[in-house]
Amino acid sequence: MNDKKKKIPRQVMPLQDPDIRKNNFLEVPEGFDKKLAMLEAERCLQCKKPQCVEGCPVSVPIPEFIKLVKEGRFEEAIIKIRQKNMLPAVCGRVCPQENQCEGRCILGRKGDPVSIGALERFVADMAMEKGYGDCTHEIRKTGKKIAVIGSGPSGLTVAGDLAVKGHEVVIFEAFHKGGGVLVYGIPEFRLPKSIVSYEIKKLENYGVKFVYNAVIGKIKTVAELFNEGFDAVYIGVGAGLPRFLNVDGENLNGIFSANEYLTRTNLMKAYDSSYDTPIVNGKNVIVVGAGNVAMDAARTALRLGSENVSIVYRRSRAEMPARGEEIHHAEEEGIKLRLLTNPLKFTGDENAWVEKVECVEMELGEPDSSGRRRPVEKDGSNFEIPCDLAIIAVGSGANPILTRSEKELKLTPRDYIEADLSTGRTSIKGVWAGGDIVTGQATVIKAMGAGRIAAEDMDAYLSELP
Amino acid sequence: MYKILRREEIAENIFLNEVKAVDIAKKAMPGQFVLVKYGEKGERIPLTISSADIEKGTITIIYMAVGKSTLVFSSLAVGDSFSDITGPLGMPTDIEKVRRVICVGGGTGIAVLYPIARGFKEKGSGVDVILGARNESLMILRNEMGSFADNLYLCTDDGTLGEKGFVTDLLRREIERDKPDVVVAIGPVPMMKAVSELTLKYDVKTLVSLNPIMIDGTGMCGCCRVSIDGKTRFACVDGPEFDGHKVDYDELIKRLTAYKDKESFKLKDHKCRIRNER
Repeated sequence: MNDKKKKIPRQVMPLQDPDIRKNNFLEVPEGFDKKLAMLEAERCLQCKKPQCVEGCPVSVPIPEFIKLVKEGRFEEAIIKIRQKNMLPAVCGRVCPQENQCEGRCILGRKGDPVSIGALERFVADMAMEKGYGDCTHEIRKTGKKIAVIGSGPSGLTVAGDLAVKGHEVVIFEAFHKGGGVLVYGIPEFRLPKSIVSYEIKKLENYGVKFVYNAVIGKIKTVAELFNEGFDAVYIGVGAGLPRFLNVDGENLNGIFSANEYLTRTNLMKAYDSSYDTPIVNGKNVIVVGAGNVAMDAARTALRLGSENVSIVYRRSRAEMPARGEEIHHAEEEGIKLRLLTNPLKFTGDENAWVEKVECVEMELGEPDSSGRRRPVEKDGSNFEIPCDLAIIAVGSGANPILTRSEKELKLTPRDYIEADLSTGRTSIKGVWAGGDIVTGQATVIKAMGAGRIAAEDMDAYLSELP
Repeated sequence: MYKILRREEIAENIFLNEVKAVDIAKKAMPGQFVLVKYGEKGERIPLTISSADIEKGTITIIYMAVGKSTLVFSSLAVGDSFSDITGPLGMPTDIEKVRRVICVGGGTGIAVLYPIARGFKEKGSGVDVILGARNESLMILRNEMGSFADNLYLCTDDGTLGEKGFVTDLLRREIERDKPDVVVAIGPVPMMKAVSELTLKYDVKTLVSLNPIMIDGTGMCGCCRVSIDGKTRFACVDGPEFDGHKVDYDELIKRLTAYKDKESFKLKDHKCRIRNER
């Protein structure tokens, strides 16, 4: 039986053609249909000790949901996934499965792993289409009230987990729309915003309340939240403070942080001319950085009509942090990779608009503190690239607004919130934190994992309260 | 939420809206601002909180209708609501009791200056106010300023109100007469630059409030970055107020022009549609 399974190849995800998709904002991977999904599900060996589950930050019961897909029991499959994962439609699309579940799949040792991500997405999309998968049992109210600060993946997870346990949850979101990085950072062609709205609606169905335009730390303090009757607070404000290169000319017009560029495009829909927020196009675009954010920015610039888009990265291909699939799709769409290249200085025209960037070639030396080989300048290898739009995607740090306003909140030397990683507890009683504001910039699924851990600890704490 | 309770055209093309915003009113401090949006497709723009009334639960914003968004705002009636108002944002002005502060306001910057000048007075400082505008029809809040200022001096470019001249002329005279402890200058960037160059010569501490383009207002995009003493700072979380002698004004002036072309296109489009729809 297992031999038969091993003979089924990993099903190929239907993709939009690169030449077509680089001109639209529709999803690139189109998703499995029923036939492909059920065939792919057959490949799973249903291991007794599933390595894939160990690779999942929220421990999705993978072999179990895959078995249900194989048997055509899709509604039961979504209920199974939702036991552990609040946002399966999101995760199926954006998780770095190659480093997590699929990276551990036994089939991957000698062949291709099971397409766990694609199967999760299939199940979630089917549930969205058919409108099923809700929790049907009666939820008893506990009378306890929780404030969640931030409606990104970690806040949404905490809210969902606690709401399902009967607690009253209010999410305070700084922006006018919910989802955090899911809505401002990840582009439409990787994660349709309709999915984020759908997940938010689901939470509202569970009784979760969203308060928008609320910047905690400015409009209210954490202490005031407790005074208003909240029993516990979760801080999931993320690491959204953009880093810049700090090179000459970086404040010229036409140079953006990736956050700004993506927020204009994704949240404020600047690509749609009927929306008022403007965006700038360029003929020669460089994106500095090689993580997922850099790929998102580059592929967005292409879709907005920029002619030549290059990634400029000081290390080599092997060190690029972006998800393999994103790099692959970017290259297919015609984005150039200028590797082992570092920008030194931007120069502008008479209107202070950027017109070129001076770069230097790099070579790799000894590993640095991140474990990656340190890039070193090659003397005398300076050269210039024409550039009328530059996007800086070299990471971001802790947002200081809330942390500055809570003097008792213990921070790390780099201004992240110090929290016990096994419980999410901070130095303030009744206050938990998780996601990027604790760990620094990471991934959606890790933020969800942190939210999951905190929610469990918070529930235990709340049940002890009078 | 965010319902407009009062609407007034307080000077030529300059509008005042008093808006219901209970939680913001409770927390608003002089120098802080809000990000305002109207409609699903509208942009987010920063406007200073000119005053806040905790009892009524309202804040007041004042703006000139120069671009698409402010034009739309100015067309809203009492009873209409803004879609989103986020705040109070920015660091509040560091207001202390001083012997003498000269508050210099230019154009719509006067709306930003007003709560700060009043704040200094409430702390027990001696407050003199110099207001400048291009002409009489563009001068705002002079009665309000006059109601608490120890001395109020007005000037216009064309002499239609007060003295004919620039705020820097009046300021120089006042500094030479009696050197103040601090000058607060808020107005068009060239004005703040000119005031700062002047006060540097006389070694008078100067505070300015910068007005770069903004989107989120919470420090996550870097759009509002300004150079202070050679270092990059975000006006929305580190400012909007800064030491006037450390600001790179030329850079700010250039950065403010980034979307000029797009703006005039949007405006033309908007005006044409409004005409057709009427």
